[in-house]
Amino acid sequence: MSFPWAKQYQPTTEIGKFMDSRLPLPRFVYGALGAGYPTPKNLNYFYNFGVLAGVALVIQIITGVVLGMHYAADTSVAFDSVEHIMRDVNGGWMLRYMHAVGASFFFAVVYIHIFRGLYYGSYKPPREVLWMLGLVIFLLMMATAFMGYVLVWGQMSFWGAAVITGLFSALPLVGEAIQTWLLGGFSPDNATLNRFFSLHYLLPFVIFGVIILHVWSLHIPGSNNPTGLDVKSEQDTVPFHPYYTSKDFFGLGVYLIIFSAFVFFMPNSLGEPDNYIPANPLSTPAHIVPEWYFWPFYAILRAFTTDFLFIPAKLWGVIAMFASILLLFFLPWLDTSPVRSNKYRPLNRILFWVFVAVCVGLGVAGGKPAEEPWVIISQLLTAYYFAHFLIILPLVSRLEKPLPLPNSISEAVLSKFGGSTLGDGSRPGGAVAQPAE
Amino acid sequence: MAKSGIVAALTGASLVQKGAIAAGALFCVTVLWGAVQPREEVPYDPVKAHHEHPEQIVWSHNGIGNIGITGTFDRGQLQRGFKVYKEVCAACHSISRVAFRDLLALGFSEGQAKAIAAEYTVPSIDESGEPTTRPATLADKFPPVYANEVAARAAQNGAYPPDLSLITKARHDGTNYVRSLLLGYRDEVPTDFQKADTLWYNPWFASLAIAMPPPLASDEQVEYTDGTAPTINNYATDVSAFLAWTAEPKLDNRKETGVAAIAFLLILTILGYLSYKKVWRDVKKPKSA
Repeated sequence: MSFPWAKQYQPTTEIGKFMDSRLPLPRFVYGALGAGYPTPKNLNYFYNFGVLAGVALVIQIITGVVLGMHYAADTSVAFDSVEHIMRDVNGGWMLRYMHAVGASFFFAVVYIHIFRGLYYGSYKPPREVLWMLGLVIFLLMMATAFMGYVLVWGQMSFWGAAVITGLFSALPLVGEAIQTWLLGGFSPDNATLNRFFSLHYLLPFVIFGVIILHVWSLHIPGSNNPTGLDVKSEQDTVPFHPYYTSKDFFGLGVYLIIFSAFVFFMPNSLGEPDNYIPANPLSTPAHIVPEWYFWPFYAILRAFTTDFLFIPAKLWGVIAMFASILLLFFLPWLDTSPVRSNKYRPLNRILFWVFVAVCVGLGVAGGKPAEEPWVIISQLLTAYYFAHFLIILPLVSRLEKPLPLPNSISEAVLSKFGGSTLGDGSRPGGAVAQPAE
Repeated sequence: MAKSGIVAALTGASLVQKGAIAAGALFCVTVLWGAVQPREEVPYDPVKAHHEHPEQIVWSHNGIGNIGITGTFDRGQLQRGFKVYKEVCAACHSISRVAFRDLLALGFSEGQAKAIAAEYTVPSIDESGEPTTRPATLADKFPPVYANEVAARAAQNGAYPPDLSLITKARHDGTNYVRSLLLGYRDEVPTDFQKADTLWYNPWFASLAIAMPPPLASDEQVEYTDGTAPTINNYATDVSAFLAWTAEPKLDNRKETGVAAIAFLLILTILGYLSYKKVWRDVKKPKSA
């Protein structure tokens, strides 16, 4: 993999040479994250978020493993054991707030990572599999976060579990049976809590495995970059280490400062107060809402209010909610524009920002009770969400006339500094959209 | 490009794209079909109309700007609040997640905390193995007021007084909420709101009708020894602050740790930034052409 000018690992110490011919782990790391991985030199700060997502997962795993030592997955004591962690375990409050806030931050980072991929066309050939593995990680994250939220066994845990597993009951014929099978009973109970704990402990390691595939797949073509152009020569790249290790270290510092601000000064600002009430199957909360990172999908779920084509409204909502994520798997074949980066796609760039606004709007609407005007807002935004990916993008990718592309990443970088005679767009043979290979 | 462009784009679309356009149209038509249905008139809801948001006051533990980022608990206030809790609320409400040893954090000496604990009895087993009771120690938690929910409801006219350990975190804007609720009883009930005679009208309570009678009846109901005015207003404020502490006893420790953590991270990040700039110096400044 990688480029011909990639530096080769040269073991210098005796132990280095010994290991290299037996288990070349240092060589592997050198090629993956070290000086042996040539990376486009024009990556901006949005390209920090992949590493940040990895760190966020590691924080979740470390805090989670320790929390698991003090938590008891039994409906009679689960809530008490969480409060035991908060009050009696040394540093328990910090672990638990890091884990709860960490889940929110993991999603925030991953959302920025996904939107960065959308903006710069990182899903386009030859990175389709990389993109799809990312979506698999995202789906696993959603399942993991949902089950982790249930473990608290507060009111929103319990009713969230009832609502989300209830989605499957919308399926015809087998729906009820699937819900019962998922819950291990007819309503969320001890069997549910136990299996969710087991899976919540398991899935992060599955995510870790898929991340390895994701990074492997990244290293075949190498990183995309803000111009979307392919790397052409050594001039276009810098070695990952020390260039991006130093940049990622700085980015990580900024991330940890913001993360700490939430953990230490407003740890409950991202959560629902109802989840500090112990689960009570006999009392339904006035508004059942998931955590903020599920709000856009919750809005789509609730936007379908009428039966249509003999399919009940509830089933439409469930289909649409799953479809809203699954359609992203087809994105590389929906957007067939030969230009990757929206930097050179004047029309699609505007549509991208409209889409971002629509997603934020769906998020706001999804966090509100199902009342007007939020229902109609959810419906209009949901229509646009599907129209954006399934109708507008395929057509725009064929209709749009992209801006002239620079010849290379180096040329684009030079023109940014204004010192180049090549980067003024009037070079010979410009104006031709360079197809993504 | 106009019309012919779109037609050309449609006909030239790949199979996946054509399928996507059809699926997209189906989703859009379905959701918009719901959007154009006439909406049911939302009936007037007196509960919603009369419900009040908590009154905002300044709290010591909310610090600068009263937004909760800085600020520590006022221990004098917590001790007064504990006194109000003990003499008023504790008749019906437990704080069973709080241990007597936690009282040391309120500024009580070990002797004082032990004396408070000894006022309570907790279940025990005597030398012959028979169930008995003994005075509580610092290691015990505040015992529940009622043996169970059924006993509580039987004693309270069908209502269940919740445990207050977490109450300020279990409600939106909880500390202000508790204070507003305690001060929020109204004699005049709006004419469009019906409630049972056994309930009390309180516009800060979610359903407006609360089973708890006004717990703070008059000034000087609880004796204050530190010179603070013994008023209903102060009782409500102090006990709300106390309940903010029972819900988040590690608040002071948390913020202190946060300052240290962020100070450390700031230095680390500045060093990280400087090394990043140093590493990139040659790349960022291209050699003059």
